[in-house]
Amino acid sequence: MAAQGQAIDALSQFTLTPALGVVGSSVNFTQANLFMVIAGLLTIGMLVLGAKPRAIVPGRLQALAELAYENILKMCTDQIGPEGRSYFPFVFTLFFFVLMGNLLGMLPWAFTYTSHIAVTMALALLVITVVTVVALRIHGLHFFSYFFPPGAPKALAPLIIPVEVISYLSRPLSLSVRLFANMVAGHVMLKVFATFVVMMAGAGTIGVIGAAAPLALNVILIGFEFLVAFLQAYVFAILTCIYLHDSVHLH
Amino acid sequence: MSEERDAIDRPRDVSSGPAGQGSSFEDRLSAARRKQGLEAPRQDEAAANAGVGLSASQGSALGMGMRVGIELVSALAVAVAIGWFLDGWLGTRPWLLMLFFVLGGAAGVANVWRLVSPPKPPAK
Repeated sequence: MAAQGQAIDALSQFTLTPALGVVGSSVNFTQANLFMVIAGLLTIGMLVLGAKPRAIVPGRLQALAELAYENILKMCTDQIGPEGRSYFPFVFTLFFFVLMGNLLGMLPWAFTYTSHIAVTMALALLVITVVTVVALRIHGLHFFSYFFPPGAPKALAPLIIPVEVISYLSRPLSLSVRLFANMVAGHVMLKVFATFVVMMAGAGTIGVIGAAAPLALNVILIGFEFLVAFLQAYVFAILTCIYLHDSVHLH
Repeated sequence: MSEERDAIDRPRDVSSGPAGQGSSFEDRLSAARRKQGLEAPRQDEAAANAGVGLSASQGSALGMGMRVGIELVSALAVAVAIGWFLDGWLGTRPWLLMLFFVLGGAAGVANVWRLVSPPKPPAK
């Protein structure tokens, strides 16, 4: 009966708390940072341990590492072209940072660091900075012709150029908001339905029967969240590739 | 998802270092298989995928709707922010905001058009 008077509290799961005891709280090392470190260590561990056996017929971990490597490499070369190889490390790191963030968030008591706009915005700003610097290095000042598509009438330039510049500047926002909104929406939904289960189960025998429906829905939602975790990491990586393609080839 | 793009027959430099060996072998293998008629040429599908890029991966209507919404709103938000700061800087309080609001709407529609437009012909 203790939970009776409480409203559904779906957002407290996103609060930052210091991790690692006294050391963490003195340097503001939060659980988000902790999970970022865990994500990095897991990715490095997967690759190092996966590459160790060097078996011709790969084991499970080696197959995982090889699949990850080859699929991202193919994404780079398919989307960017043969030059995509040089950007492979960047895209690979981004993909696994986002994917590990999304997947670690699916564990109980874990924290989803991709559910913070500060994190996703930082990633998106990094992407847009890299893309712009790459374009400026390859094309020099010719890069600015990107904002005026060839063949458009010259008289429309005062209209087209601001629109294209705004469209270019809106990329980091849409990139970060997409990932952030997907993760937040998923976790809020899970929390809300989980709270329904507890509330209904607390309401007596009929409530226990009624609690089966939100519980079943939550089971489905968990599966859906795993799909979203992979899909959003994939979308983040492939959009980075598409932007890199634009900056390597212009237009 | 990217398996469907296997059949893109793109001329690739074979001598691009040791890492290039794997994919160039795949290319030669699929080219040889095509020549022998073992593999149906999927050029049209490959061309469509190469042009659209993301639409193949975002099959669901919900995902598409979410993408369109985010593209529209983010362009508008960026434009309004630019207009607001320019206004504060130049002291022309409502006017640039109004101008950039319209431009942002146009940029949002341009984003959405880029998302849903038919693939461009490869000759650019």
